[in-house]
Amino acid sequence: MKLINPIKISYKNLTAAKFRSFLTMLGIIIGVGSVILIMAIGQSAQELILDQVKGIGTNLIGVIPGASSSEKSPPAAAMGISITTFTYDDLEALINPRNVPEVEDGTGYVVGSETVSYNGLDKALSFTGTTASYINVETAEVENGRFFTKEEETNLSKVAVVGSKMAADFFGNDNPVGKTIKIKDQNFNVIGVFKERGSSAFGLAGQDNSVFVPVKTGQKILLGINYLAYARLKVKSPDLIPSAIANTKTTLRERHKIKDPSKDDFSVRDQASALETITNITNILRYFLLAIGTISLIVGGVGIMNVMLIAVNQRVREVGLRKAVGARNSEIISQFLIESATISSLGGIVGIILGILLALLASVIIQALNYHWPFIISIPSISVAFGVSAFIGIIFGIYPARKASRISPMEALRYE
Amino acid sequence: MGPSGSGKSTLMQMLGFLDHPTSGKYLFEGEDAGKFSEEKLSYIRNQKIGFVFQTFNLLPRTTVFENVELPLLYDRGETSQKKVQEKVENALKSVSMEHRVNYLSSQLSGGEKQRVAIARALVNNPDIIFADEPTGNLDSKSGTQILKILQQLNRQGHTIILVTHETFTAQHAERIIYIRDGQIVADDIVKDRKVAADEEILK
Repeated sequence: MKLINPIKISYKNLTAAKFRSFLTMLGIIIGVGSVILIMAIGQSAQELILDQVKGIGTNLIGVIPGASSSEKSPPAAAMGISITTFTYDDLEALINPRNVPEVEDGTGYVVGSETVSYNGLDKALSFTGTTASYINVETAEVENGRFFTKEEETNLSKVAVVGSKMAADFFGNDNPVGKTIKIKDQNFNVIGVFKERGSSAFGLAGQDNSVFVPVKTGQKILLGINYLAYARLKVKSPDLIPSAIANTKTTLRERHKIKDPSKDDFSVRDQASALETITNITNILRYFLLAIGTISLIVGGVGIMNVMLIAVNQRVREVGLRKAVGARNSEIISQFLIESATISSLGGIVGIILGILLALLASVIIQALNYHWPFIISIPSISVAFGVSAFIGIIFGIYPARKASRISPMEALRYE
Repeated sequence: MGPSGSGKSTLMQMLGFLDHPTSGKYLFEGEDAGKFSEEKLSYIRNQKIGFVFQTFNLLPRTTVFENVELPLLYDRGETSQKKVQEKVENALKSVSMEHRVNYLSSQLSGGEKQRVAIARALVNNPDIIFADEPTGNLDSKSGTQILKILQQLNRQGHTIILVTHETFTAQHAERIIYIRDGQIVADDIVKDRKVAADEEILK
């Protein structure tokens, strides 16, 4: 059988009934388009979520004083026991690239709670003593004024940077920068206000309603201690985390003269597991959306079958005539199969283009809303969508095509 | 010929391999047609016979050329576009329809449609042409033209098997088989055969 002739016949039939062909295609266009769109949006959303998670520290590792029986159980510090072995000098050593080359930056913390007063208003607030690197490590932003400098970090400057909620509570509409507040009856000069962090940021929800002071000031003036509560180190890239953890441990063991790792007086943790969990959740979401898209593809396929069956019924006389002039059953089958495959493949192509355009439109709109929304179209999703649409055309075309081929020419020509 | 319901169309459809006899034997070129494969049947329909129907059965939304070309699309031998073109043109010429080659089938009059249908039946130069009431839907003038063409083809060597219930139409043939209630009741040679009026076919 010459293949070119069935193609020619199918082409003529499709172009002779353009509107019907288009309507049939519409089901596939919508199905494929939504699969492409859903995949693109799903992937972009995943990127966005992972990006935000990374922004608050998936490339961070935490150093917490005190041993813990296992990496999963809470450290001693969290149980209210003060461990005094981890110091500012340890932190300096960890930031030193000669010790832990994977670490880009790091910051240490002391925390406490004190009465803060301004203009007759007294309130017990948590305060954090930290280093100048806090801004970089935790990607915090100062909206008004500035953060403290490396010099202020060590020279016992009495300066404070306040959270947005604290600023609103104490100063209302006044500009907090330049005002003097009292913490533990000591005068502190407010030099900056954080940008609102919101509650979405894991572990840093307290920043908005807190006061930040230089770490040495917090240690010596407010708390009277000389150790750190914990430190957070920023690793250059997430895949360097395991070696950064190893080097951190080695450095601290050396400094603390620990020979037996089971006697560590600190523990080091990363957030890789958190990242893994989030990836799993977003993947489940994507597969769920993909399933919905697939359902619409199948609905489109049923639409093709429906229209092809109607086409067979409408064209009973035509089929009879073709048989009467010598068409074989296989030629009738291939004619209808090529028609349905062409409809669904063309619909697939248009759907892919439509899906990409809609995904682009969505990304433009979302980016206009100030989200970092990447525009991602995965090549596999395009080829899968196209393959599935062509496949659907053939599968849902087989039944009508066989039905057409079984029409008896005599019955067909008698059919009115 | 015979009255409505006598079985003449059914007989023609069995002769033309559009239907299988439920009993009895049909010998075609000395072979038992009941034993022909589907493949052989479609080959015979394509090459050996042609059909002309009362209701023309042209494909809608297609041109005259494409309608006549139709059997060639299912022709196992013919490939070259040039040969196809030539065959279609020859067929159209023998029914004097070459001037309508690019018309859509819906733009033709009844007589013209039937002439295109004859061209289609003719395009593969079959031995036998089956015509089921070819003049039934036509006015007498167009009908006469159709009969004239069929007589011409008959003179050129094609066997024409024509089904009709009109005595006038039947008298254009050489032999008339009368059918009644599925039985052949008479088989006569036509004594004074009518020749379709020898006027020029209207273009």
